[in-house]
Amino acid sequence: MSIVLEHVTVSYGRGAKRFDAARNVSLAVAQGEAYGLVGESGSGKSTVLRAVAGLIPHAEGRVALAGQTMGKARTTAQRKTVQMVFQDPYGSLHPSQTVDQILSMPIAIHKLGNADRRVAAALDEVGLGPAHRFRYPHQLSGGQRQRIAIARALILEPRILLLDEPTSALDVSVQAEILNLLSRLRREHGLTMLMVSHDLAVIAHLCERIAVMNRGEIVETTTAEALAAGDVRNPYTQQLLRSNKGFDASGGELDLLDAVPIR
Amino acid sequence: MDATLLRVRNLSVTYPSDTGDFRAVRNVSFSVGRERLGIVGESGSGKSTTGRAIMGLVRHPARVASDEMMLGDTDLRRLSERGFRRLRGKRIAMVLQDPKYSLDPVMQVGQQIAETHRTHLSSSRAAAKQAALEMLEAVHIRDPERVYHMYPHQVSGGMGQRIMIAMMLIAGPELLIADEPTSALDVTVQSQVLSIMDELVRGRGMGLILISHNLHLVSSFCDRVLVMYAGQVVEVCAASRLGEAQHPYTRGLLAALPELGRRRAELPQLQRDPAWMEDIATPLETPALGVGP
Repeated sequence: MSIVLEHVTVSYGRGAKRFDAARNVSLAVAQGEAYGLVGESGSGKSTVLRAVAGLIPHAEGRVALAGQTMGKARTTAQRKTVQMVFQDPYGSLHPSQTVDQILSMPIAIHKLGNADRRVAAALDEVGLGPAHRFRYPHQLSGGQRQRIAIARALILEPRILLLDEPTSALDVSVQAEILNLLSRLRREHGLTMLMVSHDLAVIAHLCERIAVMNRGEIVETTTAEALAAGDVRNPYTQQLLRSNKGFDASGGELDLLDAVPIR
Repeated sequence: MDATLLRVRNLSVTYPSDTGDFRAVRNVSFSVGRERLGIVGESGSGKSTTGRAIMGLVRHPARVASDEMMLGDTDLRRLSERGFRRLRGKRIAMVLQDPKYSLDPVMQVGQQIAETHRTHLSSSRAAAKQAALEMLEAVHIRDPERVYHMYPHQVSGGMGQRIMIAMMLIAGPELLIADEPTSALDVTVQSQVLSIMDELVRGRGMGLILISHNLHLVSSFCDRVLVMYAGQVVEVCAASRLGEAQHPYTRGLLAALPELGRRRAELPQLQRDPAWMEDIATPLETPALGVGP
């Protein structure tokens, strides 16, 4: 198993003010598998991803990556095995660094050497040429920036790639290009992927198994085939499925719309 | 009675730049009746600029030109900024993408709704408040009295967007332009906000222009769809028949969408034909649909 989560809880605050952003989450992803997490804002899906990446500590439970249980602090080698691609390529790339600087940074931190060759290879891998190497992010389109973000993750040759809504800031035609790129990278490198999205069609395109999250908990685990067939049991998953097909004239329950309480 | 609320003929918006003029909108023609008209396209296709041009919100140095832009019997081409200010909110209203940015963060939401009423209908404070409370109820807010006194940061996204809709409809406009009204909302909330908008727009016999990048949403919600590419309308079709679209751009977009139950190893990538950029000789136009209340 490449990723194993056992009863993982991530919480903020203490005592009466404690809030569990993710509660008792367990899942296992095999080497080379793509696993999807779907849910809406606040469902805890990104929190789970961040806990796997080691960006936030988990309070309870066990996180094991490539057979190693992760402790409170991670070693450089452990960090190298897991890399993440964020939602917004406009926000995740340093605006005053060139593509070359952005891609050389992880090589320097992990003391890998051969920076010149590695940067060129990484650019080639994501379908960009040497012409893009000395540009700034603002000189690139949204799709090109997301390719750079993917190249930055791949340059450390990770075993696991975490994807947080990698295409939701992109146009439909660019989304198709990025999804094709991710499928190819997974195939060629045997990468394990854990992907978060609110778009069921996108997640079912890339992932075989999918967990549906709501209010910090996994409410249902299903497969892309079962989703396509509408064979889901949880009422929340069923509603998510209806909403994803476009305008749902039945309107659903209005309870979901209610205000957040005044704190 | 003529069902056409808005008629636009050969609308162009041009931004001057150092490297020559950029034509964001090119010869766009359409009419809107008491119907739901969708405008779809990718970023940079000119769909939002079209909406903003109708509202008189395209500023200097951009140039707006058209052969005709009529809202009922008002000629929008001759309207001054003052004239537009009287028109916006009263006769055409606009709902934008994110209520977090379009609501005033330091003013109670109810007051913001009441302000619109007072500005356009010169009503008393008490009458405006009463109207605002009724409007909040009309957008399915359960406890209008409590919500009236809330600040924007205290409401959820879906509720914020319903408050925006309440504010936009309180002065009884004829036409509502909704620019990506649900893109910032969760998918399960989207349909609910749209049904509330639809219920009010139909009930009042209004016209609605829905601007969106989401093909599924537009085809399932609207009556008619304009597809824009590089500033031009490349295709007009009945929303329910978007699947049978003819233009290679529309077909390419539809094919590039991942689909549940139809898993493909590779998604076909859109091949952009430079010919799509060329000016269309005879711009497309179809008469407005008169969907009765």
